[in-house]
Amino acid sequence: MTEGIRHSARREPGWLRRAVSCDHKVIGIQYALTALLMLFVAFCMVLMMRWQLAYPESPFPFLSNFFGEDDTRMPKGVMLPNFYNQLGAMHGTYMVFLAVVPLLVGGFGTYLVPLMLGAPNLAFPRLSRVGYLCYLAGIVIISFSFITPAGPSNSGWTGYPPLSVIETGGQTYWLVGIAFVYLSSLFLAINLITSIVQLRAPGLSLLRLPFFVWSQLVTSYLLLLAFPPLAAAAVLQLMDRLEGTSFFLPSGLVVTGKPLDASGGGSALLWQHLFWFLAHPEVYVLILPAFGIIAEVIANNTRKPLWGYKGMVVSAVFMGFMSMLVWAHHMFLTGMGTVISTFFQATTLIISIPSIIMATSLLVSLWGGSIRFTVPMLFALAFLPMFGIGGLTGLPLALSATNIVLHDTYYVIGHFHYVVAPGTLFAIFAGVYYWFPKVTGRKLNDTLGHLHFWPSLLFMNAIFIPMLLQGLAGVSRRLYDGGATYGFGQEVFFLNKAATHSAFALAIAQLPFVINFVYSLRWGKKSADNPWDATSLEWNTPSPPRFGGNFDKPPRAHRGPNEYSVPGKAKDFSPQWEPEEA
Amino acid sequence: MSHSSDSLVAHHFEDIEQQNESAVLGMWLFLAQEIMFFGGLFAVYLVYRYKYPEAWAAGSTDLDIVLGTVNTVVLLVSSLTMAMAVWSAQTGRQKGLVRYLLATLVLGSTFLVIKAFEYYAKFVHHHVPGASFSFHSEHFPNADEGHVQLFYCLYFIMTGMHALHMVIGAGLLIWLITLALKGKFGPDRFMKVELTGFYWHFVDIVWVFLFPLLYLINRHH
Repeated sequence: MTEGIRHSARREPGWLRRAVSCDHKVIGIQYALTALLMLFVAFCMVLMMRWQLAYPESPFPFLSNFFGEDDTRMPKGVMLPNFYNQLGAMHGTYMVFLAVVPLLVGGFGTYLVPLMLGAPNLAFPRLSRVGYLCYLAGIVIISFSFITPAGPSNSGWTGYPPLSVIETGGQTYWLVGIAFVYLSSLFLAINLITSIVQLRAPGLSLLRLPFFVWSQLVTSYLLLLAFPPLAAAAVLQLMDRLEGTSFFLPSGLVVTGKPLDASGGGSALLWQHLFWFLAHPEVYVLILPAFGIIAEVIANNTRKPLWGYKGMVVSAVFMGFMSMLVWAHHMFLTGMGTVISTFFQATTLIISIPSIIMATSLLVSLWGGSIRFTVPMLFALAFLPMFGIGGLTGLPLALSATNIVLHDTYYVIGHFHYVVAPGTLFAIFAGVYYWFPKVTGRKLNDTLGHLHFWPSLLFMNAIFIPMLLQGLAGVSRRLYDGGATYGFGQEVFFLNKAATHSAFALAIAQLPFVINFVYSLRWGKKSADNPWDATSLEWNTPSPPRFGGNFDKPPRAHRGPNEYSVPGKAKDFSPQWEPEEA
Repeated sequence: MSHSSDSLVAHHFEDIEQQNESAVLGMWLFLAQEIMFFGGLFAVYLVYRYKYPEAWAAGSTDLDIVLGTVNTVVLLVSSLTMAMAVWSAQTGRQKGLVRYLLATLVLGSTFLVIKAFEYYAKFVHHHVPGASFSFHSEHFPNADEGHVQLFYCLYFIMTGMHALHMVIGAGLLIWLITLALKGKFGPDRFMKVELTGFYWHFVDIVWVFLFPLLYLINRHH
């Protein structure tokens, strides 16, 4: 430890040496920036889809001149059905696998967890570097399918066979790319778990860990245990595509009037089971670290300890465990039988309990606090009701009887986007505004922050409430024309325009954020080491923390993570690193 | 990685004990995900075995039980020599370490060679899935050819994934041998040998499950 500090006190390495180093902060920032870029790319994809939904088969503004008459995707700017499907598949894939999970676990996790543990680095620095490279490889491979003649996969982010096996697009790229993403998240998970178990500063017992670290721990276990079966299934699907096996191809399949030349006997449903065994825990991978961020922001800005910290920890662990037992609620309509449906319906309702405990704890934490309405706090406060809507709209989907009506409609889209867009994304923004001073040494501008927050909150709702309504009217999520040619779609078709216009407005509302981000990097107000008067160990470092070592001297934890407003103390926060006065 | 005067400990660890415990924990976590990976394959096996018992019996009976048994013995002995290699490293027996690592490598390679002969026989008999696949058994007239092909698909994927792990293990052993020849291991530094041992035993255990499931259960004479 002391040796490490002596080493890093020597000449600071140049930017290139830093950029390829194994320092967790460098890798964390690289993860975060890459993932933010992917977030933007995936958002652009959905904007193009939204245009098609609101104005079916009319040319996309500005783009019509870029595409010729015989373009295979958007002739004269008009989107073809296959390209719509491809964008749909890629929007989901980019958002889940290439943007949000790498941002939450790779970005926030890799950067913050060692700091919160009081450690100089992650346990396996080189593994962390290799993991980032795997993530990059996954991006390159999946993105490459865009420039192949056939284009990317069109069989959804879920890759359901038989379509995914017989489709002629980029499903092979998708499978290989996902294998690399799997390696990346595996290395992240091993690294974070080992670090949290082994590298805690003296005095930092498990129940003194910030809730953020707990959320990363549970998330890492989910990634570790849920992803491998999908990797195995991906190998099998790859064989189906390349080697002519038929793990997922049933017998007697007829494609465009011709019987398919396959040995058959496989089960398409088996893929769904293996896929959702990953992908349902993946949903909790998307929300748990978000809860972690919100918990830190709320404790800091209410100047109170978290209400029910232990209950939240137990809930997070329980939720992680239960998330492995709910996967088939995505499959109520596959005819798997009422007994199995009943089981998964019960587990699904049970798993809502820990979510409610966590959300309620955060809500109750506000009670009696002296709330600071900072920009990160605004996002955190908006997160609570938005996640609430996302969660409550999920209940009718959890019941297999009501699910029959709502399955595969826009209601489902509205439901889970409420969880991940104004839910998880708001948490990500809260985290960016909250930790930006630590990472860069400069604060983000408050005015621009408000200009970012309020329109975003408005338009998020204006996008997703119409979807819930359309779904209740029965509009299927798979319609290329947004329901224009379907009887049941007529009356709610105007809602497409509302959602689309709001989506474009949301895009404009992100401009203040982008400007703020770039501007503050260079010209933002300089930040102190602990600008928010926070208590967890990451604020005991210089801003930004020193390359290759983090702490000036190894910290020691003297108390719990959120000791705010302790009675009898002179100041309203008692940092973990400050020894008790005698 | 290591900057301190004691070159064994990377700078972000307090001491060698913490570093070793971290390495062991990391390896266990890796093996946990390996269990889930093979677990996925075993789940697929289970589903299709339940759906097509006749085809599974036919495919099982057709596998070469003699070569399978020999390979099981070879692999179990290699686990013993691997354990002896770890023990040699821990107790500072340099020559013994090299010998046991070599023995493990030879046994592992023997397994792969025998497996290659088995694969070759399947190839000759048109039991490799694909256009030229054909299967007829007097004992199992009702076994559907397509379903038996599915059995063989799984046979090749599962044993192939296992063999891939063996090849990686063999690579690790070669690396360890070159390090051992340079005298890099001793009672205070044997983690690389120990962790490779973990991995090797795990790969053996996978075979211990594969062998009965593919070769023994439902076998008919």
